[in-house]
Amino acid sequence: MNVFESIRIAFRALNANKARSILTMLGVIIGVAAVILLVAIGTGVQGDITGQIEGIGSNLLFVFPADLEGGGGGPGGGGFGGTAFAVEDAALIERRIEGLDAVVPVIEGPATAERGNRSIKTVISAGNEDVDEVFAAELAGGRNYNASEVQAGARVVGLGSTVAEELFPGQDPVGEEITIEGQRFVVIGHTEPQGGALTGDQDNQIYMPYTTAQRLLGTRDVGIIIVKASDPEEVDLKSAQITRLLRPKFGDNVTVFSQEQTLALLSTILGTLTFMLAGIAGISLLVGGIGIMNIMLVSVTERTREIGIRKAVGARTYDIMSQFVIEAVALSVAGGVIGIALGALGAWAIDSLVPTQITWWAVAMAFLFAGAVGIFFGVYPAWRASRLDPIEALRYE
Amino acid sequence: MSGCDDTPDIPGSPVEATGCGGDVVLETIDVSKCYDLGEIQVHALRGVDLRICDGEMLAIMGPSGSGKSTLMHLIGMLDTPTSGRIIVGDQDVSDLSPNRLAAMRNKEIGFVFQSFNLLARTSALVNVELPLIYSGVTGGKRSQRAKDALERVGLEHRLGHYPSQLSGGQQQRVAIARALVTEPSIVLADEPTGNLDTYSGIEVMMMLQDLQAHGITVVVVTHDEDIARHCERIVRLRDGHVIDEEIVADRLIAEQEAQEMTPEEAWE
Ligand SMILES: Nc1ncnc2c1ncn2[C@@H]1O[C@H](COP(=O)(O)OP(=O)(O)O)[C@@H](O)[C@H]1O
Ligand SMILES: [Mg+2]
Repeated sequence: MNVFESIRIAFRALNANKARSILTMLGVIIGVAAVILLVAIGTGVQGDITGQIEGIGSNLLFVFPADLEGGGGGPGGGGFGGTAFAVEDAALIERRIEGLDAVVPVIEGPATAERGNRSIKTVISAGNEDVDEVFAAELAGGRNYNASEVQAGARVVGLGSTVAEELFPGQDPVGEEITIEGQRFVVIGHTEPQGGALTGDQDNQIYMPYTTAQRLLGTRDVGIIIVKASDPEEVDLKSAQITRLLRPKFGDNVTVFSQEQTLALLSTILGTLTFMLAGIAGISLLVGGIGIMNIMLVSVTERTREIGIRKAVGARTYDIMSQFVIEAVALSVAGGVIGIALGALGAWAIDSLVPTQITWWAVAMAFLFAGAVGIFFGVYPAWRASRLDPIEALRYE
Repeated sequence: MSGCDDTPDIPGSPVEATGCGGDVVLETIDVSKCYDLGEIQVHALRGVDLRICDGEMLAIMGPSGSGKSTLMHLIGMLDTPTSGRIIVGDQDVSDLSPNRLAAMRNKEIGFVFQSFNLLARTSALVNVELPLIYSGVTGGKRSQRAKDALERVGLEHRLGHYPSQLSGGQQQRVAIARALVTEPSIVLADEPTGNLDTYSGIEVMMMLQDLQAHGITVVVVTHDEDIARHCERIVRLRDGHVIDEEIVADRLIAEQEAQEMTPEEAWE
C-alpha cells in the first residue's frame, strides 16, 4: 500500500468525525496563530525601531551624562537626573576633537503650545543649527532655524506633524504665530510624519534653538549631546576621544553610544523578547499536540474492530501505523495552516496599532513544528494500533 | 509449573481428518494451541491433523468451546500454533512473522464472519475494495474488481450503500464479495448464517456453494447440522480433538431449497 492510499484513508476517517477533528485541531490552530502573531509583532517592532534609528544616519554618537554601562553602584553613578551636561561641554567637544560634522547639544522639556483656542501638550526638542544633520525628521515645508537664530535665541520654531495638525488643521503653519508657555513664537517650518507608535510619538514635538529653549524652560542642562563623525569608520575612535575628553569633569558618568551599539542593544533585547514570546506560544502548541495524542488514543480504542478487520484482510503493521500517523499529522498540519492564516490575518488587522511583520522563518518554523508535533504525538497511538492482535481486535465490541 | 509446553493426554483416541481426494491446499500437522493464562493453561487444540483439498467444501462442527474458532484462526493465518505445522500450498506458515502472515492472508484467504465485520462508515464498494488496497491494486482496476465481486453476489445496485442501510443478508453478501474479490484459494466462513433469518441463511449458503462451483475451496465453521449438510465433508471437533470425519451423502443444494420455499417462508 502506498502513501497516497494511507492519506486517503486518513482523510476519510477525519472527515467522518468532523466536529472532533476540528476541536482537536483547535489546540494547534491557537498555538500556531499565537506564534505567528507574537513573532510578527516582535519582528515588526524591532524593524520599526531599527528603521527609525537608521533613518538618522550611520555615523552618529550619543553622549549621555551618566554611567549607563557600568551597571551602577559607583558613587555619583546612575540616572539622568544625577548629572547633566552644559552647552560648554558640547563646545569643548567641537573645539578639541577633529573630524566631526556636527555637535548638537540637545535640551528637552515638556511644554504646552497654543494657538487661539487650540492647545496641545508637547515636548520641546532643542538643538543648534546643525540639528538637521542628526535628526531624522524631514521638512514638509519651511526651513530649519539657522546659526544666527541660535546665536540670538530667536523665537522661531519648527513643528512636528502632530503639533502642526493639531494647531493648524488643514493649513500651512509657516509664517503663523503660536504661543508656548505664554510666549509668542513664529513658525518657520514643519516636518513630515515619522510614525513610531511604540517609541513615543516622534511627531508630537516642537523644534527650536537651544538658546531659546534655555530661556523658555529656565534650564541650562543639556540632556544629551549628539555628535556626527565625518567618517563612519572613525566612529569608535571618536567615541573613545570624547570619553577621554570628558573624563576629567564627569569621571565615569559619561557614556557614548554609537548608533551601531544602540542598534545592537535594541536588537538583542527585542530579539530575546520575540523568542520568549514565541516560546510561550510554542508551549500552547505543545498542549495542542497532547490534545492530538489524547484523541488519537481514544480513536484507536474506538476503532479496534476496524483495525482487526483491516488486519484480517491483509493490512500489515506498517499500513496501520502509517494510517494513524498520517491522521495525526493531517490534524496538526491542517491546524498549522489554519493557524498560520489566522495569525497572519491577526497581524494584518492590528498593524495600524502595533507594527507587525510576518517573516518566512516564523511561518516555516510554525509549519514544521506543527508537523513535528503531529508525528511526535501521533506515533505512540499509531504504534499501539499497529500492534493490536487481529483476533482480539475482531472480538472487540 | 507445567506451562503450555506439554499437552496432557485426554481419553478418546484422536482421528486424522485427512479423507479428501485430490490436491491438498492446506494441511495441519499435529497442531496444538494452548493459551497460557498464568494460573491455568487452556488447551484449545490438542494435535489436530486436517487436510483441506483443493476445491472442496468442508464443514467444521463441534460444540461450543471445542476449538472451532481457534482452528479457523490458525487455518486463516490470523494466529500461529503453539506446536505442530501448518502448510498452505507448499509453504510452512507456522512461524511466519505477523507481516508475512498478513500478506499470506491477503493473497490466500477470504474471511466471512458471523457478525459481518464490515467497516461502518464505509460504502459497500469501498468495503469490498479493502483487501485490494492492501495488495496494491489501485485506481479504476480496483473499483472495477470490487464492482464485479458485488455483482456476483447480486448487489450491483447497492454499491454506495453503507452497512447500516443494508439488511443482514445483504451485509453478509457484501462480506462474501470482500472475501472473493482477491480470488483467494480458500474462503473461511465462521458461523456465516448465525445472525441471519432462514431465507438469508440459505442465500448465503447458495453463494458459498456458487464459490465452490467456481473452484474456490470453502470451509464453513458451524454448529448447525443443516448448514453443515450443504458441504461435502464434515469434520467434528470436541475438546480440541478431531473426533469424527464424515462424507455427506445427501448434500443439500441451497438453490433448490430457495426455489422450494414458499413466499411466506421466504419473508418470515
Ligand atoms: N484468547 C484466548 N485466551 C484464552 N482462552 C481462549 C482464547 N481463545 C479461546 N480460548 C479457549 O479455547 C477454547 C476453544 O475456544 P474456541 O476455539 O473459541 O471454541 P469454539 O469456537 O468451538 O466455541 C475455549 O475453552 C476457549 O475458552
Ligand atoms: Mg467460535
